[in-house]
Amino acid sequence: MIPLATPTTLWVMTAFIAALTVAGLYCLLVSRNLIRVLIGVELLIKAVNVLLALFGSITGRTALAQTLIITLIVIEVFFITIACGVVLSLYRHTQTLDTKSLTDRS
Amino acid sequence: MTLILIVSVLMLIAVLWTVMARSLIRSMLGLALVSVGVTMLMFLFAAPLAGVFELSVCAGLITVIFAATVSLTKPMPAADRAKYSKERLKRYWPVPVLMLLAGAACFLFLKIPDFAALPAVANAENSVRHILWHGRTLDLAGQVLLILLGAFGVITLFKEIKNQ
Repeated sequence: MIPLATPTTLWVMTAFIAALTVAGLYCLLVSRNLIRVLIGVELLIKAVNVLLALFGSITGRTALAQTLIITLIVIEVFFITIACGVVLSLYRHTQTLDTKSLTDRS
Repeated sequence: MTLILIVSVLMLIAVLWTVMARSLIRSMLGLALVSVGVTMLMFLFAAPLAGVFELSVCAGLITVIFAATVSLTKPMPAADRAKYSKERLKRYWPVPVLMLLAGAACFLFLKIPDFAALPAVANAENSVRHILWHGRTLDLAGQVLLILLGAFGVITLFKEIKNQ
């Protein structure tokens, strides 16, 4: 078992999670392709997953953290499946995945 | 600590690849690699069950869903692609800079409180099964409902596509 509660480890992991969150947010906000927007959401969810695992390990409540992570993964799969279906449906109607041209059309 | 650092750095490279890759297929592969990295971190943080879920569902199922979505859409025309790839570099160059800034801001400004382990609980009460069935039953019901809704949603959406 790796000693996780050292301040250096916590700082490294928090910095890593912050970087992951920023990358996900940037991808979500700046991308013009709808599938890339979903990839941004995925990155954000992964950051939350790592955060839950980290603090579950630090506080000694790994079982609770794992339960929450599993719940989050189920929600993630539901969201991605439905979102991909909606994206495909939208593509069939408009023949584009570009958010800008979709906005211009509406 | 060294292992965590190595995995984190590799994951950051995979994240950059995911965000900045031109091809959607490469982005998806990057995302799968990020999932593998998250799994390794979960194993290091003593959360193996969540790690297995992450590996099988996120690295496996979600990658397949994305691949199916990409394969059902047409790639961009070559002329648009050339124009877009120039624009793309301009749009995405701030990603590594912002990631570095976010990490540096954490090192400089974040004060992490002194975490102490919470009071110990009995082994039986500290198992995922116990918490899922007894502590978070509503979550479990919600998960079942979501899976059913997901299945119905896919049927409805794909039925519409088939009809067209």
